[in-house]
Amino acid sequence: MLMANRLAGVGAVIILIFALLAVAAPTLTRWHLLHTPDQQDEQGLDADGLPRPAGGAYLAGTDNLGRDMLSRVVYGARVSLPVGVGAMLTAMVIGVTVGLLAGFFGGKLDLVLMRITEIFMTIPAILLAIAFAGLLDVSGRTIHLHPAWLHWSWLDVTLKRGAVSVFFIVGLVSWPGMVRVVRAQVLALKEREFVLAARTLGASDARIILRAVLPNLLPTVIVLSVMSIANTILLEAGLGYLGIGVPPPAPTWGSMISEGQPYFITYPHLVIVPGLAIVLTVLAFNLLGQGLQEIVNPKR
Amino acid sequence: MLHRLLRRLGLSVVTLLGTAFLTFMLLNAVPGDVARVIAGAKASPEVIKEIHAKYHLDDPLWQRFFLYLNQLAHGDLGHSYVTDQSVAEALITRLPTTAALSALAVVMWIALAVPLGALTARFRDSWFDRSTLVVATITLSLPAFWLARMLQYWLGYQLGWFPIGFFRSLGDLLLPAAALAILFVGYYARLIHTNMVDVLESPYIQAARAKGLSETRILFKHALRNAMIPVITILGMDVAGLLGGVLFIENVFALPGIGTLAVQSVFNLDPPVIMGTVLFSATMVVGANWVVDLLYGLIDPRIKSAV
Repeated sequence: MLMANRLAGVGAVIILIFALLAVAAPTLTRWHLLHTPDQQDEQGLDADGLPRPAGGAYLAGTDNLGRDMLSRVVYGARVSLPVGVGAMLTAMVIGVTVGLLAGFFGGKLDLVLMRITEIFMTIPAILLAIAFAGLLDVSGRTIHLHPAWLHWSWLDVTLKRGAVSVFFIVGLVSWPGMVRVVRAQVLALKEREFVLAARTLGASDARIILRAVLPNLLPTVIVLSVMSIANTILLEAGLGYLGIGVPPPAPTWGSMISEGQPYFITYPHLVIVPGLAIVLTVLAFNLLGQGLQEIVNPKR
Repeated sequence: MLHRLLRRLGLSVVTLLGTAFLTFMLLNAVPGDVARVIAGAKASPEVIKEIHAKYHLDDPLWQRFFLYLNQLAHGDLGHSYVTDQSVAEALITRLPTTAALSALAVVMWIALAVPLGALTARFRDSWFDRSTLVVATITLSLPAFWLARMLQYWLGYQLGWFPIGFFRSLGDLLLPAAALAILFVGYYARLIHTNMVDVLESPYIQAARAKGLSETRILFKHALRNAMIPVITILGMDVAGLLGGVLFIENVFALPGIGTLAVQSVFNLDPPVIMGTVLFSATMVVGANWVVDLLYGLIDPRIKSAV
């Protein structure tokens, strides 16, 4: 029990450090404490034009273009963390809504919603995400939501791959796992006395959901959201690795790994450093989630 | 019994149809002309027109969906727009690699997770339990593609224990399978641990202890059986997750499996192959849930199998 809480503390500290670094990165660059992430440094490559290994002026070495790896990892946090959190929020909104409605109203609605959830669960999240992301390219294509003979340009939607669309995609494929947890919790809450009392007093369904059920769901939802950030960051990194994440020049941890791969055998730091950033961040969220889980549900 | 069976069958069919519908609509919402993908950018208008007619590209979307379903009902998954290979053939030639990789990985992680989970439950809160928890959490936090590259580098390149970059026999699947197993072993060790802790507190275990049975016998014979029931459920549900991991592992190790096919098809914008891999994955997941149901009855006769 205590152990999980101590580990949760470690997780929280790691997250805080990454978040602070991400926020402060441009300032650190201005103060010359951090190199610029997307430009070659004067000393970035050695006399033979090869990357510098870790150590010395470049703590984490430089990449094949002479850019500072440490700086790219720090700036990568500016992409990975917001995309992870944004994806979690997207998934949460869908997952909690579906789970709440299915659990609370039951019956046919439950059957239909759970079927839809199951459909999403039969496709691996990453496969669905690459299918979504494959539809978008960097230049952006326009979909006309109106018939061709109507010239309603306000119904044109441009699909463009960027940070926002990536977190949306990751969120769109990450919600099914939450539905079952939320639904089970709602089913249990529905039978509790205070819900019954509210109903007896003539409260509407909407009022019962908002005032009685939702606040009691909060602990579960918080644990779920922290845990799911770990997964959304992994998914985002996976998309970046496959080359369909947030487009360059923004450095992302996943794309750094795929860019470093050709030089991997001679310069392993090109792959090791961004990978460690992913592992550390995801681990931090997992530890924090486990600690919170223990507080919310001490039985386990 | 028959009623339940039919109901389950019906629900499975609905799920698969829904998956087909979702993917079909998603893929065909893409602007851009599929005919251009097939014939190339320089194709003449006549050729484009011909292709449109051949694949019914000008028909309304719902009509094309029913055409596709009709085709499916005849056991035809269509042909790749890019290579013109039959999708069924593409899947079948790649299935053995993916199946062998997955099976090997499942065996590896279960073989490791069962003793780990059981022993950490027996010696709860010991340093062994705690360090296992930390290691398990780390394995949960590893990106599949990164882990695969790392293993390839240290064990394949530096130490030379495993071949890298080519694939001849089942033995060459050991390292990729190990990478896949590492991604799952921590989660399963914790799952078995949690179930074991619950089971070890139940009266029948106390009765077994009172009978004077050895602790090992109690742990691995009496307790494990009941602790494994929820694990099998999760294993059945994890097939989709497993395929997600397979996708990256095959990609890194350049294995000619279904994961590689799936990634390729998305990059080629090849809808029939994407549909094929997605439907394959969905069928596997639905099938796995049936197998789980069947296994329930075998492990615990009190549970009536729906199959």
